[in-house]
Amino acid sequence: MIELSVNGETRQVDVEPDMPLLWVLRDELGITGPKYGCGVAQCGACTVHVDGMAVRACQARIGDLAGAEVLTIEGLGAGTLHAVQQAWIDHQVPQCGYCQTGQIMQAAALLDMNPAPTDEDINKTMAGNLCRCGTYVRIREAIHAAAAKMAEN
Amino acid sequence: MKDGMTFSRRAFLFGSAAVAGGVAFGPAVFAQDMAPPLPQGAAPPAATINPWVVIGPERITVVTPHADVGQGVASVQAALIAEELDIDLDQPDVSFGPPDPAYANTGLAGEFVPFEAYDLSPEAEAARKQAADWIASQGMQMTGGSSTVPDSYDKLRLAGAVARETVKAAAAKRSGMAVADLTTEAGQVVLPDGTRIPYTELAAEAAAIPPVENVALRDPSEWRILGKPMQRVDVEAKATGAMKFGLDLTLDGMVYAALRVNPYKGAGLNGYDAAEALAMPGVSSVVEVTNGIAVIASNSWYAMRAAEAVKCDWAQGDYPPDQSEHWAVMEASFADEHREKIWRDEGDVDTALAGDGVIEAEYRAPYLAHQPLEPLSALVLVTDEGAEIWVGHQIPNAVQGMVAQITGHPVEKVVFHNLYSGGSFGHRLEFENIRPAAEVANKMRGTPVKLIFSREEDFLQDFPRQLSMARLRGVAREGTIEAAEFLISSTPVMASQMGRLGMPVEGPDAQTPMGVRPMSYGIPNLRVSTYAATGLSPVSSWRSVGASTGGFFSESFIDELIHAAGLDPLQARIDMCKIDYHRKVIEAAGEMCGWQGPLGDGKGRGVAFVESFGVPVCEVVEVTATENGIRLDNVWVAADVGPVLDPVNFQNLVQGGVVWALGHAMNCELTYAGGQVQQTNYQAHEGMRIHQCPAIEVRGLANGPKIRGIGEPPVPPAAPALANAIFAATGQRIREMPFNRFIDFV
Repeated sequence: MIELSVNGETRQVDVEPDMPLLWVLRDELGITGPKYGCGVAQCGACTVHVDGMAVRACQARIGDLAGAEVLTIEGLGAGTLHAVQQAWIDHQVPQCGYCQTGQIMQAAALLDMNPAPTDEDINKTMAGNLCRCGTYVRIREAIHAAAAKMAEN
Repeated sequence: MKDGMTFSRRAFLFGSAAVAGGVAFGPAVFAQDMAPPLPQGAAPPAATINPWVVIGPERITVVTPHADVGQGVASVQAALIAEELDIDLDQPDVSFGPPDPAYANTGLAGEFVPFEAYDLSPEAEAARKQAADWIASQGMQMTGGSSTVPDSYDKLRLAGAVARETVKAAAAKRSGMAVADLTTEAGQVVLPDGTRIPYTELAAEAAAIPPVENVALRDPSEWRILGKPMQRVDVEAKATGAMKFGLDLTLDGMVYAALRVNPYKGAGLNGYDAAEALAMPGVSSVVEVTNGIAVIASNSWYAMRAAEAVKCDWAQGDYPPDQSEHWAVMEASFADEHREKIWRDEGDVDTALAGDGVIEAEYRAPYLAHQPLEPLSALVLVTDEGAEIWVGHQIPNAVQGMVAQITGHPVEKVVFHNLYSGGSFGHRLEFENIRPAAEVANKMRGTPVKLIFSREEDFLQDFPRQLSMARLRGVAREGTIEAAEFLISSTPVMASQMGRLGMPVEGPDAQTPMGVRPMSYGIPNLRVSTYAATGLSPVSSWRSVGASTGGFFSESFIDELIHAAGLDPLQARIDMCKIDYHRKVIEAAGEMCGWQGPLGDGKGRGVAFVESFGVPVCEVVEVTATENGIRLDNVWVAADVGPVLDPVNFQNLVQGGVVWALGHAMNCELTYAGGQVQQTNYQAHEGMRIHQCPAIEVRGLANGPKIRGIGEPPVPPAAPALANAIFAATGQRIREMPFNRFIDFV
């Protein structure tokens, strides 16, 4: 039995310690915001925060996460919309939307560390998040908009 | 009814009665019990006014039968209905509805006839009408060919208008007022004294009267929603994680199934050893499916990990095992016995090409994968009474038919639930998830089965884009292009894809000449011929299909001839273009970028113009040759679809189409070795990432004669515009995709 915190709630899971966090979240806990896209840290669709850092949930062994604090898109706004989510809606970033929960979690982590990123900063930090629909122009716009909004508050 | 309205009157005649709870839409399944599309808990009676509008006592539901694979068509269909129904876009429930002949996509008709989209002659129009009638008679409900808007534009506005007038008639009956004295707003009928009656309150009464058929559509100048920035109905759910894709669905008692199917496509399974897999945690059984096995487990990861551990002995398939042999077959296909058709033969090409100064070039385009980010999956429950399947798919009745065939249940006992899909690009026109999911669930009756593809399995089973090659000759003299001959060979897409659908097509492949055949340049001696390279990999529609390769060949080679003639690449295209609304698109792109000839300083601009799916699109790409390779700086796109219904989504789709096209042209290919593709995850076939993405400016024009869709047309001009830009910046002419085999990108 492994105990960890997910979106502020204590959860216990009884699975193989090698199981990636992604599949614990999705198939054991029913938290489906983190997506499976590649399984090998190539697409970023599974991005969540573990102890405040953006990580690929497909690469994080559950056996290494006892006591960890995991935040998924479901908990990002803590009951309201996070500035990044609001910017994603305002700029209508999603097309198919499948990668976007991972994009948003990565962007939120970027803004935690760098409140006013340049295009170059965005390109570097977001390069691991693949969007097959090609929404990158809007992702850049939305991150700048969220940064501006967060600077106001 | 408006002149030229072609859809079946029948569609409006079936549904004026009150209907029982858990109602389904459409005549064929009218009495069938289903959970969706009516919102759970909605009580009868409801008025199913036509196949697209249901007004219930609690909720209004609009049915948007074209599948939403990310291109935003649920939203635009809902907006078309809402505009005339006088409801707000956030008011109704939006349902994909069941498979039904009422939803036949007559908007595909233009793709079925051998006339250019700009040919509006009586013969061409009559052929289109005939094709539309045939599609309607077959009940062919299929999303594809950038046809949602052309199919829906009149139908869905009319559906909304009929529903609105019917509800008004019910309100008139109740209130004793004349219909002419009533108005409608935000889902309410407004009486002259200002009293407002919600449509939902009028559901029972509307159900009791015949639908009002004689309605007029509003002039676009009166639109409240269409043509204005609107929020897509799915955006919020996609930004919060609330959207449930197929891979996210669960049912009580569900098991997970992971697949291994012979990667030598179409070949069988000689035998397998699952002992190791069966001993792994969470695994309950291993089930045989066509050409492979599925591992059943209690968690996706247990299932996928165990599937990898099954030792499979695969049979050898029919096509050549290695890529070099595919190219050899392709090269040998340029022979009279493989020629399918001479599509255009104008002037005297042979004489023009017999003299000096003939420019010859050979172009190539590789197989490519679709690989939308949501891998294939399907959730199926089979019982002894019937079957139910939840999956995002573009051909609903074919899914229903396949599940019926596999389970032995009649079609009417197979309930199909369409879903928002995490991308398609043509992938969800195929059935590599449907068949094994239904087979497994049929063997496990009573247990819901969610079949999942690992990314690797998805790559291996993906039917790629056509392999294609062009042999081109031309003559340019100072100031003019005198002659051009385009010989194009492809693995025929339509025969391969429609064959799998059980609808074999005869005659020359209609997609091979796309991107070339519609050419609207006045070249005095012009020939376009196509060939078929057969016996190679099965192939499938890949966003923009034939034009994705043909457009690269034609607009790159035209650029070579323009340079040989000493002309300006943009001005020469404007001067050569014989179709007014095409030329305006080229002019617009030139104006957007402030075209002024060569830039110098390692910078280069390339222009390309391709018409596909009836949409003329011109793109200018600007690059800089840096120490570390080519950097993409800017792209300008002008496209003419007629009225733009959802301007934000239009811009987003064009930008996405450009990224799709450029990323694959720069970075991607699928190659075969030992009968299977060698690229099985994104590191080997990633498309474009954000750091390579240029700024992309978009303009919509509305000079063309018909309304069109924008899903695919931005794709074909992007690769040649980039190749032409690289030539302008470096002098290097790249004639084969992917470009990164020949030049580095930043």
